[in-house]
Amino acid sequence: MSGPTSTGVSHRKLAMWTFIGSECMLFGTLIATYMIYRGRNIVGPYPADLLNIPFITVTTFVLLMSSLMMVLALSAVQRGDARGTKLWLAMTALFGLIFLGGQYYEFSHFVHEGLGLSRNLFSSSFFVLTGTHGAHVAGGVIWLSTLFIRAQQGKLDRTHAETVEIAGLYWHFVDVVWIVLFTLIYLLV
Amino acid sequence: MSANGSHESLYAGGIWSWLTTVDHKRIGILYFVTGFVFLLVAGIEGQLIRTQLAQPGLRILDPELYNQLFTMHGTTMVFLAGMPLITAFFNYIVPLQIGARDVAFPRLNAFSFWVLLFGGLFLYASFFFGGAPDGGWFAYTPLTNAEYSPGRGMDFYILALLLAGVGSIAGGVNFLVTIVNMRAPGMTFMRLPLFTWMALIVSILILLAFPPFTVGLVFMLFDRTFGTHFYDAAAGADPVLWQHLFWVFGHPEVYILILPAFGVVSDVIPAFSKKALFGYPVVVFSGILIAFLGFGVWVHHMFSVGLGPIVNAVFGGATMLIAIPTGIKIFNWIATLWGGQLRYTAAMLFAVGLVATFTIGGLSGVMHASPPADLQQTDTYFVVAHFHYVLIGGTVFGLFSGFYYWFPKATGRLLSERLGAAHFWLTFIALNVTFFPMHFSGLLGMPRRTFTYAEGLGLDLFNLISTIGAFIFTLAFLPLIANLWRTWRRGEEAGPNPWDAHTLEWTMSSPPPHYNFAVTPRVDRRDPLWHPHVEPGLGWAGEVEPGGVSPRLQPDDPPEPIVMPDPSFWPLFMSIGLLIATIGGLGSLPVTLVGAAWALVGLFGWAFEPSEGGH
Amino acid sequence: MKRRFVQTASLLVAAVLLGGCGGEYPQSALHPSSDFAGRLDGLFNQIFWWAVGVFVIVEGVLLYTLFRWRDRPGRGRPEEVHGHILMEIGWTLAPALILVAIAIPTIQTIFVVDRPTDDPDALVIEVVGRQWWWEFRYPELGIVTANEAHIPVGRTIDLRLRSADVLHSFWVPRLGGKRDLVPGRENHLWFTADSVGVFWGQCAEYCGTAHALMSMRVIVDTPEDFAAWAELNAGDAVPLPDAQARAGQGVFMSNACVSCHTIRGTAARGVFGPDLTHFGSRLTVGAGILDNTLDNVVLWLDSTQHVKPGNFMPEVTLTDDQIAALAAYLRALR
Repeated sequence: MSGPTSTGVSHRKLAMWTFIGSECMLFGTLIATYMIYRGRNIVGPYPADLLNIPFITVTTFVLLMSSLMMVLALSAVQRGDARGTKLWLAMTALFGLIFLGGQYYEFSHFVHEGLGLSRNLFSSSFFVLTGTHGAHVAGGVIWLSTLFIRAQQGKLDRTHAETVEIAGLYWHFVDVVWIVLFTLIYLLV
Repeated sequence: MSANGSHESLYAGGIWSWLTTVDHKRIGILYFVTGFVFLLVAGIEGQLIRTQLAQPGLRILDPELYNQLFTMHGTTMVFLAGMPLITAFFNYIVPLQIGARDVAFPRLNAFSFWVLLFGGLFLYASFFFGGAPDGGWFAYTPLTNAEYSPGRGMDFYILALLLAGVGSIAGGVNFLVTIVNMRAPGMTFMRLPLFTWMALIVSILILLAFPPFTVGLVFMLFDRTFGTHFYDAAAGADPVLWQHLFWVFGHPEVYILILPAFGVVSDVIPAFSKKALFGYPVVVFSGILIAFLGFGVWVHHMFSVGLGPIVNAVFGGATMLIAIPTGIKIFNWIATLWGGQLRYTAAMLFAVGLVATFTIGGLSGVMHASPPADLQQTDTYFVVAHFHYVLIGGTVFGLFSGFYYWFPKATGRLLSERLGAAHFWLTFIALNVTFFPMHFSGLLGMPRRTFTYAEGLGLDLFNLISTIGAFIFTLAFLPLIANLWRTWRRGEEAGPNPWDAHTLEWTMSSPPPHYNFAVTPRVDRRDPLWHPHVEPGLGWAGEVEPGGVSPRLQPDDPPEPIVMPDPSFWPLFMSIGLLIATIGGLGSLPVTLVGAAWALVGLFGWAFEPSEGGH
Repeated sequence: MKRRFVQTASLLVAAVLLGGCGGEYPQSALHPSSDFAGRLDGLFNQIFWWAVGVFVIVEGVLLYTLFRWRDRPGRGRPEEVHGHILMEIGWTLAPALILVAIAIPTIQTIFVVDRPTDDPDALVIEVVGRQWWWEFRYPELGIVTANEAHIPVGRTIDLRLRSADVLHSFWVPRLGGKRDLVPGRENHLWFTADSVGVFWGQCAEYCGTAHALMSMRVIVDTPEDFAAWAELNAGDAVPLPDAQARAGQGVFMSNACVSCHTIRGTAARGVFGPDLTHFGSRLTVGAGILDNTLDNVVLWLDSTQHVKPGNFMPEVTLTDDQIAALAAYLRALR
């Protein structure tokens, strides 16, 4: 059902924008909950006891860089640069994985320190908020990996540039959400 | 796929062809049948509720069962009857009205249906596994937490609505893209039929309203399953958060249910008045305004919570504002009728019935828009009366109007107008007999969600009348069923445009060929069929007969090959995976993981399936 | 003056509408007996009459239109009319003006009824909602009682609403509107009753199995009656009149009753169920659902799970004699 559309924007791209709009409400609700419950914790540990800002600053930087990789991947596929496409897709996914690794480390450190999911109000809202974001990153990594495999097979040429562009929209969105989370959770601790 | 879309073949084919269908018209019919069955089920639940309340102190149902029944009645009506029936019309009608051959994502469309169906079946499975949910459709915590609802019922509720919600959001994306992107040449936004306009607005509402609800449900699920503290007052949380999340969704949900009915009426009234809709842009913008304001009024469900005078004043004022665009719609409908040539078909009866009864529901709505007045009305039968007037007098009347209006298009047969009129009048009487007395029982002190009431309250007569009305509702379905039976046996041929109606769906044969439009129409104004022009060279059939019935504007056979999507098994496959994951949510992580893996396989199968076949 | 007329007229209409049914309405929002309920009723009446006016006009015009323009043979195709700016403005402004007329008294009333009372002489009563009964505490007077609150007429009553478990909502319609009892919050509600009498109320927020049977009574007394009631209820249980009551006390103290109920002046110190110290002076049994007669007390003790399914009082196995003695004891706790 391709072909010209009423707006000139392809169905898939419009769908992704629409979906992102819906996702804004999802994260908006989670963030609002976290902010409302900030400081209402009754038993410790408290955010200030555990949040490791320098460490998360590094993983945040990694995630930011992954967005740059994503831009490069899109530019490569638009130029028809097969090598570049593979390279930058792989790098984006890899940086995403590093971020997830950092999150895994952070979570297990918290649990080790006694802050399990059901420990207190802070743990509940923190884990569900950042966990939902982490799940989005994981979904993005799977998506990017699939694109990478398609590129490996030579099935991702210039005509598929939009496929990469749409994956990129998603990836940048997830990245932007993290900037907000980083600011609200870590910088405003 | 058959190149020749012979009209009989649209619904032919075995079970497999229905399981794998991606045709918006077939999916529309699947949605309709599903929604209608759930409407009957929830209707029976309502009937049982009214039977128990016929007299004070009855014990026909024990309180546990009663509480399950009113919970399931509300949940089913909103999520499994109302929304699927609305989506049925979106599916069948919207692509036809905008001149498209299908929706933007046909397989996603099938997926939306299957997860909805599975969500519904999963919810009802609860009756066989320890009892249905009994926390109310609004599921206020802490009553619904693990301490006060230790049974499985609320888990079924949460998981079923999460599953069905996935389908709703997917549907929202699909219809938004379809309407924005697949309009025929010349079909500008200000030429869209009103029903399609409302479908667009509702899609946006779904996309923005469901996520907060989803988050609220996940919080509740986690509180129950993993011992988190989102609604736990003892841990410093506020249980009222759930009420906010629920109603941030729940109030727009009301407009999700009513705006499509407004859309139907805005198409039906002009058709049977032979007169264009009065104030088209005003009607459109009032719909947009209702939707916009709908996000700013949710606290009016919570005036008794004690949120303070400022909050209550702001939300009370915002709620009153909604009366303005709603009134504008009603006035414009009346102005459309004025000077028209009114033909009282069944579709028209239900449409003007909506104008009459929705007005009553709207006026009682203004009464509890005032927070102090609402302190006496909230959680009483006064509110039950109000929202049944808007949901039956509004949504159900609108849907029946649409049913009688588009039935000939979907089946090629005409329904009996006399039986249709009998159906309308019985429904109209039932609505008023059942629900009008509830205004009084509420103001005289009958709270909602009570399985019985005391003898000394003076409520006996009102309740008895309401119960009698509920039985008239059952009676009202008889002419409908007789009508379907009659039409199935010997219904007259409908032809392309039995009503001399004005929008594009009436240009092609009834039922439409599977590709809808042999030639993509060109639109140069609103109500194109009332101002037909035949473009030479496109091979459109028919001549314009002066003063006569509009001709069919579509040829029997497409002049050139049409590419339609192939049927696909993957939407159903992936939905089954999500169903398995949902079942695992009842307490088995391995089952959830199996389901998730299954769904992922389905996703890949879907993504790499060649999505376009020739024919 | 106009307000008075509207109220009288609306009462007349209500009387006509309800006339056929006869009887009394002890839980009616339309029969206010306090300043709070009166304010809400007055506001409701104003909105109601606006609504009646709009209803008559809209439905009248609609019916006329439907009749006047019905399809008749010989009429040509209707004239195309696409809209009319002035009419659109008109039917936008008219409802807006009506809404302003409603909004002004609404907001005035909100800022009266949604604020805590500033009356320093108010009688404070703490209301604790529990599945499925009401606890009333009078901190100034040292009274703890259940399901029935006595209040003096003409004095401001300042309710402090809390919940011990799930959401409930306090609603005695003739004395005023609802307010929810929310875990983790304390809500306020205040009113001044203007006439003596027994007013019915019940929980208005769905709270589980026996939600329908969570009733209460508010008894508005003259100041003298209230003072007498308060003096009696602040004290310990009264001396028992006869042997059967003393036998009943024995049954009470040697069974599970003591673990949930308090009877001041005895060893019974349970806090899970209602305080029964002056149970015999109450009007009702089982949170406002049965009249307090000997037969009903026996019925309640004998088959409480049938009378009020789901409630947390277990059906203790007792002989008929034991139940009779227990009932006599409870009835003697005046």
